Amino acid sequence: MSALAITAGFADPVIEAQAHFHALMNALARPGSVQPFPAALDAPAPLTRELAAVALTLADHEATLWLDETLAASKAVVDYLRFHTGARLVANPSDAAFALVADVAAMPTLASFAQGTDEYPDRSTTIVIAVETLAAGGDLELIGPGIEDRTRFDLSPRPAGLAVQLAANRAKFPRGVDLVFVGARQVAALPRTTLVSEV
Amino acid sequence: MSAVAAPQANGYNFAYLDEQTKRMIRRAILKGIAIPGYQVPFSSREMPMPYGWGTGGVQVTAAIIGPDDVLKVIDQGSDDTTNAVSIRKFFAKTAGVATTTETRDATIIQTRHRIPERQLTEKQTIVFQVPIPEPLRFLEPRETETRKLHALADYGLMHVKLYEDISRHGHIATTYDYPVEVADRYVMNPSPTPKFDNPKMHMSPALQLFGAGREKRIYAVPPFTKVRSLDFEDHPFEVQRFDKPCALCAATNVYLDEVVLDDRGGRMFVCSDSDYCEERRADGHRGELSGEAPGLHAIGGAS
Repeated sequence: MSALAITAGFADPVIEAQAHFHALMNALARPGSVQPFPAALDAPAPLTRELAAVALTLADHEATLWLDETLAASKAVVDYLRFHTGARLVANPSDAAFALVADVAAMPTLASFAQGTDEYPDRSTTIVIAVETLAAGGDLELIGPGIEDRTRFDLSPRPAGLAVQLAANRAKFPRGVDLVFVGARQVAALPRTTLVSEV
Repeated sequence: MSAVAAPQANGYNFAYLDEQTKRMIRRAILKGIAIPGYQVPFSSREMPMPYGWGTGGVQVTAAIIGPDDVLKVIDQGSDDTTNAVSIRKFFAKTAGVATTTETRDATIIQTRHRIPERQLTEKQTIVFQVPIPEPLRFLEPRETETRKLHALADYGLMHVKLYEDISRHGHIATTYDYPVEVADRYVMNPSPTPKFDNPKMHMSPALQLFGAGREKRIYAVPPFTKVRSLDFEDHPFEVQRFDKPCALCAATNVYLDEVVLDDRGGRMFVCSDSDYCEERRADGHRGELSGEAPGLHAIGGAS
């Protein structure tokens, strides 16, 4: 039976979903801070275990998922996310509540995702991007809510023209997308409020 | 009382709510943090307590709390009132988490109408119970219109209201639920905390979450975020002042509750934050009435 081929999700869904949400909440509340993200689960490649942990923590039949081409091409990934989250998978990035990006290089522009409206800026996409490294320090300087004065942040690999795209995203406030970066059992985030400059 | 853990009761999911509800609330919280001061609609559930008893705060706490958290619940600053005791017991029973009355030990503080006197830390999250989340609601009853006003950042109505206060009373007479501007954008109700607590929200190291159960709104102020109480150049924002220190612990620069002592006009003023007052008395601070009236603080807390 094909159902038996689906990889298992969280061993303890209640406690693990809370732990991963806690890390995501802290990451968004303190932009650029790198939070531990246990992601102790197996996920079918090319879905990383961290992307899977975010999807299982936040997506369900009320929150749509968009997968980048790499992920959408894998039947194992699609079956895994459908089975564990029940989320509707959408083809158009502007319909997504959450977008999962495994291949940073091929990522669409931030403007192609849902931006929300002036009256309902919450109707926007949270883009979850798998990266290799996340670190404090580095050449991205961050200012904004959640940051006491200013902080430095580094990630690799990066979406093309990240600082320019983020400046355009910030200019739309309160509309815009929020970015969550996951990798190496860590999570960090850049919500739409953060001013990012390359130094 | 230091942190006490309780065994979780059988038959409940961890922290009472089902997982789908928690996910829905968690998504709203993340959006609230990303858009400081913006009221995110959420599908508030019925809770085993009536609306008005903190169902919004309870749902937010249930969505964020984990087995390692230590919960403190206060009502008007006090840990001892019915609402605070009930909510603390609710989470001790359904989540088996440790509870405390000491501000410094808590990781999550759920509050109705006060912010503790002790400075909160980066490790803490404060959850406010909110009755009316919309600051413009009594000025413009239509939700469609208030949404538009927020979208346009048109807060002229609120300034007119504060100006009318000045023309009628000579000063801004709003003393609680005093409107604030968050991160230079959204005007927000800080829930009916006394305006005395508004300055504590500005650049607070703790994450501040707000839940309105009946009105179905969640909003947030991230740590280290600008929170400005609305005012005018010639009528700057001011907090309440008290003539006397706390009658039990002699604290100054804290928010005081009035306690009536007899039917001949006798009264005393004591700290509204019961934990802060107890801590100061344990450290040897004595107010003018602390010697003669040992049992009085419990009465003050229950007012």
